[in-house]
Amino acid sequence: MAKVLMKGNEAIGEAAIKAGCLNYFAYPITPQSEVAEYLVKRMPEVNGVFVQGESEVAVGYMIFGAAACGERVFTTSSSPGVSLMSEAISYIAGARCPAVFVNIVRGGPGLGGILPSQGDYFQATKGGGHGDYRMLVMAPDGVQEAVEMTMMAFVLAEKYRGPVMILGDGMIGQMMEPVEFPDNLYVPPTNKDEWATNGMDRRGSTSKNIVKSLYLDPKVLNQHNLTLKAQYERMKKEEVRFEAYNTDGDYQALIVSYGTMSRVCKTAIDNLKSQGIEIGMIRPKTLFPFPEKAIHDAATKESCKKVVSIEMNMGQMIEDVERSLKGKREVTWFGQCGGDIYTPEEVAEHVISLI
Amino acid sequence: MGKTFSRPEALSDNHTHYCPGCTHGIAHRLVAEVIDELGVRGRTVGIAPVGCAVMAYNYFSCDFQEAAHGRAPAMATGMKRVRPDLMVFTYQGDGDLASIGMGEIIHAANRGEKFTTIFINNAIYGMTGGQMAPTTMPGQRATTAPVGRNVEETGMPIRMCELLSSLATPAYIARQALLRPKYVNKAKKAILQAFQYQMEHKCFSFVELINTCPTNWGMTPLNALKWAEDTLIPYYPLGEFKRPE
Repeated sequence: MAKVLMKGNEAIGEAAIKAGCLNYFAYPITPQSEVAEYLVKRMPEVNGVFVQGESEVAVGYMIFGAAACGERVFTTSSSPGVSLMSEAISYIAGARCPAVFVNIVRGGPGLGGILPSQGDYFQATKGGGHGDYRMLVMAPDGVQEAVEMTMMAFVLAEKYRGPVMILGDGMIGQMMEPVEFPDNLYVPPTNKDEWATNGMDRRGSTSKNIVKSLYLDPKVLNQHNLTLKAQYERMKKEEVRFEAYNTDGDYQALIVSYGTMSRVCKTAIDNLKSQGIEIGMIRPKTLFPFPEKAIHDAATKESCKKVVSIEMNMGQMIEDVERSLKGKREVTWFGQCGGDIYTPEEVAEHVISLI
Repeated sequence: MGKTFSRPEALSDNHTHYCPGCTHGIAHRLVAEVIDELGVRGRTVGIAPVGCAVMAYNYFSCDFQEAAHGRAPAMATGMKRVRPDLMVFTYQGDGDLASIGMGEIIHAANRGEKFTTIFINNAIYGMTGGQMAPTTMPGQRATTAPVGRNVEETGMPIRMCELLSSLATPAYIARQALLRPKYVNKAKKAILQAFQYQMEHKCFSFVELINTCPTNWGMTPLNALKWAEDTLIPYYPLGEFKRPE
């Protein structure tokens, strides 16, 4: 398919349709409302479902209800809205339903701002809702990757029977880039007759299915959580995705950065390279599971003396980087979160100050 | 002589966990009878609330989901929109529906979602042990209103049927009670009507059922029936409040 120029938010909406998800529920919030404005026109063309819910709380449960019926379903929101949906995400994880959530992150806490931010790293990767659940989180660095990750998200949600989140930011939602929608990322939905409340007639069964998250017996609840944990451990083995940038040769420092911020870091690395200064970067594409080994190995390379976590927040991913380094290298943080994004020059200047 | 009375197919043979004298069992049975009579068990999905009926899925023999507190109408919306061929009902108590879930029920009703809500009003929080509900009567004692509901501080009980009937969107809204056989028969008719409107994709349908809660009211089952008749029925009048025609 030929490339088209699209805004990130619209491309994410189209990607869901291309992935075979024809059910969308959402509540307006800046900076992602264009997804709804796009899909309200597109869904009728593909005989799909578009519903504007009365709140993100309700939308979270519309997603739950639809997912429990075994249908592919997704929503998009931004930080304060995702806080409201986090209750439903916990229930969806507990009830083991596949569903896709897109968070076009804006500044916080509270109403914060409407400009790009990575302030929801903790919320996404450590569980915004209650209880022992994890969520597979993918962080695109541009519109093309947002499309690919959105398409993959539905497949992964079904593979692990749980919520999957695309963690973007206001920049990825708002900017326009040339994109193509890869045909090979479409995977037909899995058969969900074993567990979905899709009606006994539909699956030709005489026994009922129950979708629930309540287990009052402590032993049964513990076993349920062990089942969930096994899925998360499997994710750690099979779903770690990252990009290693300029790590083949000897580099003096390693940047760990993701999403929009990593795009800026790449330019800084290229500019420094032309001046004879080698800096490497590991860019996590999955934030959970986190590329611990890749970061550890890249940071402990003989030539690498400094590690810096560059984020559009006050230092959140740095805790996972520290964990990955197991004390073998010190890691520092460089970032801001008001909505301004560091320029390549500012990143380069900071990195030079470290080495 | 043939069999004249049997368990509806849509009801499982599990023992319920409901207290003696509670009328949840009657409500379950009526819904199950309606599902049987319409022959829709194979395409029915119920949604259990958080409250005494949280484990309703153990007592029905159709697909079931379990909602978070108050969110059943949002879940039902999600289900009906992606699978309009399913018959979907929420089964919610007064704390679930009229307190924490007020937003979800109002908006689902106002969108005219084509599912059915069975609203169990016993004027108290049952499962958590007798706290004040939005439907608790003035002066009625509850663990969080130990000297009786003070309406100066907590306002008057909310009448859900009247509230929902004020919406301009067409709907079927009825209130019946499970206090006497006469009422129970009318309740059955209302539930049947509600499910029929859903089958016809006609409108949102809502049946409130006045229930008893002898345990948390601190009464014998018989006294509870009498108290409900004397105190609840005058404030929560029975009948049909709205029809889609």
